[in-house]
Amino acid sequence: MTGPLPRPKRKNPLARTTQPLLPPQTRSRKAHGFTLAAAIGRFMLQCCGECGRYAYPAREACPNCLSSALTFLDAPTGGALLSETRIEVTSDPYFREHMPWRTGMVQLDCGPVVVAHLHGDCGGPGARVAMSLQLDKAGQAVFFAKSVSETPHMEDDPQWRQLSADPKYRRVLISDGRSPMAVALVNALKKAGAAKIFVGVAEQWKPFEERTLLEAMEGVEVVDLDLTSERSVQELAIDIGAKVEILINTADHVRPAHLFDASAANTARDVMDHTVMGLMRLSQAFGPVMRSRGADGATGAVAWVNVLSVHGLSNARQFGVHSVAHAACLSLSQWLRNELRQGGIRVINALTGPLDTEWFQTVPPPKVAPKALADAVVDGLKRGLEDIYIGDVAKDIEARLFDNPKAVEREAGR
Amino acid sequence: MNGDILGVFAGALASGRIRVVDLTCTLSPDFPVIVMPPELGQSAPFRMERISRYDGSGPAWYWNNLSFGEHTGTHFDAPIHWYTGRDLPLNSVDTLPPADMIAPACVIDCSQQANEDADFLLTVSDVVKWEDENGRIRPRSWVLLRTDWSKKSGAAYANLLADGAHTPGPDAEVMRWLVAERDIIGFGTETIGTDAGQAGHFSPPYPAHHYLHGAGRYGLQCLTNLDHLPPKGAMIVAAPLKIQNGSGSPLRVLALVQERSTG
Repeated sequence: MTGPLPRPKRKNPLARTTQPLLPPQTRSRKAHGFTLAAAIGRFMLQCCGECGRYAYPAREACPNCLSSALTFLDAPTGGALLSETRIEVTSDPYFREHMPWRTGMVQLDCGPVVVAHLHGDCGGPGARVAMSLQLDKAGQAVFFAKSVSETPHMEDDPQWRQLSADPKYRRVLISDGRSPMAVALVNALKKAGAAKIFVGVAEQWKPFEERTLLEAMEGVEVVDLDLTSERSVQELAIDIGAKVEILINTADHVRPAHLFDASAANTARDVMDHTVMGLMRLSQAFGPVMRSRGADGATGAVAWVNVLSVHGLSNARQFGVHSVAHAACLSLSQWLRNELRQGGIRVINALTGPLDTEWFQTVPPPKVAPKALADAVVDGLKRGLEDIYIGDVAKDIEARLFDNPKAVEREAGR
Repeated sequence: MNGDILGVFAGALASGRIRVVDLTCTLSPDFPVIVMPPELGQSAPFRMERISRYDGSGPAWYWNNLSFGEHTGTHFDAPIHWYTGRDLPLNSVDTLPPADMIAPACVIDCSQQANEDADFLLTVSDVVKWEDENGRIRPRSWVLLRTDWSKKSGAAYANLLADGAHTPGPDAEVMRWLVAERDIIGFGTETIGTDAGQAGHFSPPYPAHHYLHGAGRYGLQCLTNLDHLPPKGAMIVAAPLKIQNGSGSPLRVLALVQERSTG
């Protein structure tokens, strides 16, 4: 049985901070089909278009009929544990620090046998298990097997916590307290057991309604943070950089502008300054310290979430500048992801459709309620996802981009 | 007084008989700027990003890139800033006659009234009362409204409520009167604008901007240290940056004050 995760003690200032190490990273290009599935929380294996059998490991031709029509398709997540190995000693530097480590052979219901990391509660050989693909600290896909039914403190399993980014007992920074998402995120994070939530507020001299609400919440601290000011971002990082285990960047600045308007350049610069350059400043100030704390105990730094607009994937004419800015943010987020991966920090892109907020007032439904977004972000953290699509619009664009990106471009540009 | 006026002036400066008072607030990133409805264009706040500081990007030197709107911090408003002054000659900061950059000041102390009422409005009768004590305002003088508002900071300084800013300023009639009847060169305040916080509801809206700039006169705002000036007699040096077609600029505003003779 999994014991509950103990509330972390204050760090001994005389003890050296453990430096992050990463599990083995080599994968074939084909095997990145698993990376894709794990990133979005799906369970996919190669499936033969000719004979219909699933295959593993990833390969070029079907081992059954030699057809080359192997594509990654969703597969049933059930399986049975064939064997279990408890590794006590290893020469791998990453796993050495996490001994003992359980792995096992799982007979998947869809056919293949795979090696999987095992949750502590998933029983011995013969036990039924629920499978998932997870991204490990190195960002590579691995199989994970857990019990088919809920067990007490299931999410506290130490191996599972290496593959997820659970907010429990972690300290979180939300970058923009004025965002309509802030209160909803605080509520969802508190429910998930976050130890403390810092909420950044720019230009404190401008009043806003939710301020009293935020300040009255236990475990919430409103801090000065203006993403358009290098000094402001750096000063906050000096104060609390080493206390942030999850950073949720909610920065946005939706302002209407027509490409041919004389003032559009000013609007675009302003929007870019709040979003792209804001993320850049945030990355420069908080990135290094978070990366260095990727192995700082059971509640060390673990994730960075960028809430982005799905229109960054395909320009929506009505929100042209917004789309441009979020496309740039998406690219910057990938850059940040590559940098933070060295420290085992997961960068999650939460791509959302239009939010049900004032700046999208004229957009017809469906829109994403702040609470729905907050729940999806916390769910993504708990499940260790990397790309989350939130709301019907985002999910629709995701599916259609898979199918035909050109059709999405044309239709969004109408 | 002989012909060497500047020599006498230099001597007075050196001896301290003329004191130099800095009326300028420090340009810093968190100094409030004017807020417009969010769907309108906004003034960029003051920002400073480092180019180098004796480091790999410049081993022996320290310098920064700056960005800010024309109307940030202690700043000057040129006539072209308002629609009423758009067709006047010499209406932008680059064409501003240099002689207008140095002018005497009348300081009207309304600090007590502003302390009691954030929406205090200067009226003609306030100015007439000041004139009863200090003499008639001479043409081409600055009129500076002392409210001690510059002693506030942050939220109290901006004083934004749900119905907009609440800060003291002039009423519409006094602005028309000061320009038409007293021929002032400009009007200066300690608040974010030359107009009161609620001046959008006046008739005409924003009367200080309307009348001053319509007559080719100037505005100074976010001033400080007005409490160090005498009611009359200080000389103001206010030279905005020479920005091509600029509507205003942050600037250093200095006041020259003659010490009262002790002997």
